Amino acid sequence: MRRLLNEEDIRTLRARKFLMWLFIISSFMFFAALTSGFIIYTAGSADRGLKIVLPHIFRLSTGAIILSSVTMHLSYLAGKQEQLAKQKIYLILTILLGALFFIFQLLAWQTLIREGVYFVNFNASQSFIYIFTGAHLLHIVFGVCILIYTLIGTIKNIPQNRTVFRLEVGSIFWHFIDVLWIYLYVFLLLGQ
Amino acid sequence: MVSATKLDHTVLAHHDHDHHKDTFITKYIFSQDHKMIAKQFLITGILMAVIAMILSILFRLQLGWPDKSFPILETFLGKWAEGGRIKPDFYLALVTIHGTMMVFFVLTAGLSGTFSNLLIPLQLGARDMASPFLNMLSYWLFFLACVIMMGSFFTEAGPANAGWTVYPPLSALPKAISGSGIGMTLWLISMVCFVASALIGALNYISTVLNMRTKGMDMWKMPLIIWALFLTAILGVLSFPVLVAAVVLLIFDRSFGTSFYLSDIVIAGQALPNQGGSPILWQHLFWFLGHPEVYIVIMPALGITSEVISVNSRKPIFGYHAMVYSLIGITLLSFLVWGHHMFVTGMNPFLGGVFMITTLIIAVPSAVKTFNYLATLWRGNIRFTPAMLFAIGLVSFFISGGLTGLFLGNSALDINLHDTYFVVAHFHLVMGSAAIFGMLCGVYHWFPKLFGRMMDEKLGYLHFWLTFIGAYLVFFPMHFMGLDGVPRRYYAFTEFEFMKEWLTVNKFVSWAAIMAALAQVAFLYNFFHSMFYGKKAVANPWHANTLEWTTPVEHLHGNWRGEIPSVHRWPYDYSKPGEKEDFILQTTPFSQTMSSNLPHDFEGDMEAEQIQKNWEANNGVVSKS
Repeated sequence: MRRLLNEEDIRTLRARKFLMWLFIISSFMFFAALTSGFIIYTAGSADRGLKIVLPHIFRLSTGAIILSSVTMHLSYLAGKQEQLAKQKIYLILTILLGALFFIFQLLAWQTLIREGVYFVNFNASQSFIYIFTGAHLLHIVFGVCILIYTLIGTIKNIPQNRTVFRLEVGSIFWHFIDVLWIYLYVFLLLGQ
Repeated sequence: MVSATKLDHTVLAHHDHDHHKDTFITKYIFSQDHKMIAKQFLITGILMAVIAMILSILFRLQLGWPDKSFPILETFLGKWAEGGRIKPDFYLALVTIHGTMMVFFVLTAGLSGTFSNLLIPLQLGARDMASPFLNMLSYWLFFLACVIMMGSFFTEAGPANAGWTVYPPLSALPKAISGSGIGMTLWLISMVCFVASALIGALNYISTVLNMRTKGMDMWKMPLIIWALFLTAILGVLSFPVLVAAVVLLIFDRSFGTSFYLSDIVIAGQALPNQGGSPILWQHLFWFLGHPEVYIVIMPALGITSEVISVNSRKPIFGYHAMVYSLIGITLLSFLVWGHHMFVTGMNPFLGGVFMITTLIIAVPSAVKTFNYLATLWRGNIRFTPAMLFAIGLVSFFISGGLTGLFLGNSALDINLHDTYFVVAHFHLVMGSAAIFGMLCGVYHWFPKLFGRMMDEKLGYLHFWLTFIGAYLVFFPMHFMGLDGVPRRYYAFTEFEFMKEWLTVNKFVSWAAIMAALAQVAFLYNFFHSMFYGKKAVANPWHANTLEWTTPVEHLHGNWRGEIPSVHRWPYDYSKPGEKEDFILQTTPFSQTMSSNLPHDFEGDMEAEQIQKNWEANNGVVSKS
């Protein structure tokens, strides 16, 4: 009986992890829709298009988020090997890098505004920059929330295997928003 | 593996703990049990359907008797029906909210929500959904969406009235028409809640189907309804985010002054500053969701019909694999056809041709399904239960409404037919009536599973015939109005000379609509009365094969006492030659049905085939292989 219950539990757990993958798919569709919208809109007339050089701060934010993916993975590996101190440090680093990314994005917005590229804009291609980055930042906030939730777990000393589960689900999402940002950045670069 | 098992146990132990102390609130309100959530979805869906139907009767009154005053309307509607006549703005609001509620609240949440929640765990042998908590959240977001949408009726300016497709600029400029203000804002908030609900639900359904099937239940042993619900959920996951993206841009246009959709607009003689936007962009994004949405509506209904027709014909479903591949085909094609809603937006005719071809190809899987239903019925031992009648009704609507799709899908014919009553007739038959019939069919069929009691058959027959005839009387004449060029959504159609002659037809349609609406009273009485006073159901009242009928009549958390049953065969072994009973449960192993096993049952398992051959030799049966 006990053995059987365990089998059911494994199924449930696998199903819950899979939920994260599905969420990523739907989130990907959301951004696919926005970028397709950009393409359709921009193709509509010669007056439209980015027509600017993107702020260089985007390169810094790209660096920050790639680095955060690395620390995220290191934290997950440490968690699996039950190296608790290392796991916590890398987790905190990831959260900080996430925050840094957030700040870089805000700085990039500032640069855009200084250059006269406003959100309220009759060339909506330029408004789209804010939509892409803003929607992505929401994902960053959500990702950071998951990481903080995991961190609280480690501080409260919940059983290690539960922490590893949270780390695993969290890192799936974190790597996704990393890749997502690279996609958006490359997309914008190709459009400029 | 061992450590992983231990790990999971500790992770889950925490959650399982919470389930057992049920209070009234955790059992009936914030329930995490999939069966209770299914009931919540169903009853909310029915409530929304009744409201949306009443809205339709209101605008039918206007269409049938455009010059007559109904003082009673003023009593109930106040300033929206001053002098007993519905005002034009309110008429548009009625049409808009009727469409929104029917498409999203009734036929998406009410249909998918109810039957996915009820049947996915029960027919696949799972104790509950992948995440019962998210499942609860899904329902309550849906409920919130309903409340907000209803709330818009109580605002000063009235509900949204830009049509259920909320095209900008009507939806993007708060000053455009009366419903563009607070009504539209509430509509958007409501839809955001609804989309969140639908997405969370869909994620849960997919994950459950893929991960939580019981032993032996491989994908090709799943009942067709599960396939349909599964593919519907996939459609939802891929298309609803696109609507969210479109709505996000719309909200910024409405409230922040961006110009994604707006350009060259003059309101009351005053030019707006917005420039450079593209209203067509909204249509692209909206219909990328909008078209899959109509399959989100119809596919669960088709799945329900597959089950009910097979059970009540006492025959295996004809072409199980073809049915699955047709569903997959419809799922894929549904993403490639959105342009057929936009043939007359100035689309490049070549592109229109592409969309026309993809659209017409959908006729192929649809026809495969239709013929398979008919072939299943053919020479079956048919039991005309109310559920069966509704299933057959669905097939009828699917054919008569589907055929007109071939006309509308043609980009040249669409120049004449677009935005006329022909379109209204088409989609009300093929996805409106058909999907509603699928839903009602499901309610009659699974009522014993939902409430442990039977519905009254006689009232069911009355309900069926009045609704079936009523629906045809309402929608069939609309084809001819459409062919004559009568546009949809017109309030005062009698103002146009050539449309005046359609007044009598509109009167007739309105009477038919009133009759069909009254027929629903039979259903509502039957539904709510039987819930408490119906005949007690037995565990497997229809003698069906699927797993849900192996659970006890009274609901218990976790669905099965003790072990979850394993599955040994596909779900459609009805009237198998050589078997005494005319149904064999999916849980019955082949070793218990030696007299009826066929060589292909063993799927190439040589050992099993040998055992079967030996048994046949020993029992003097002429080998079937």
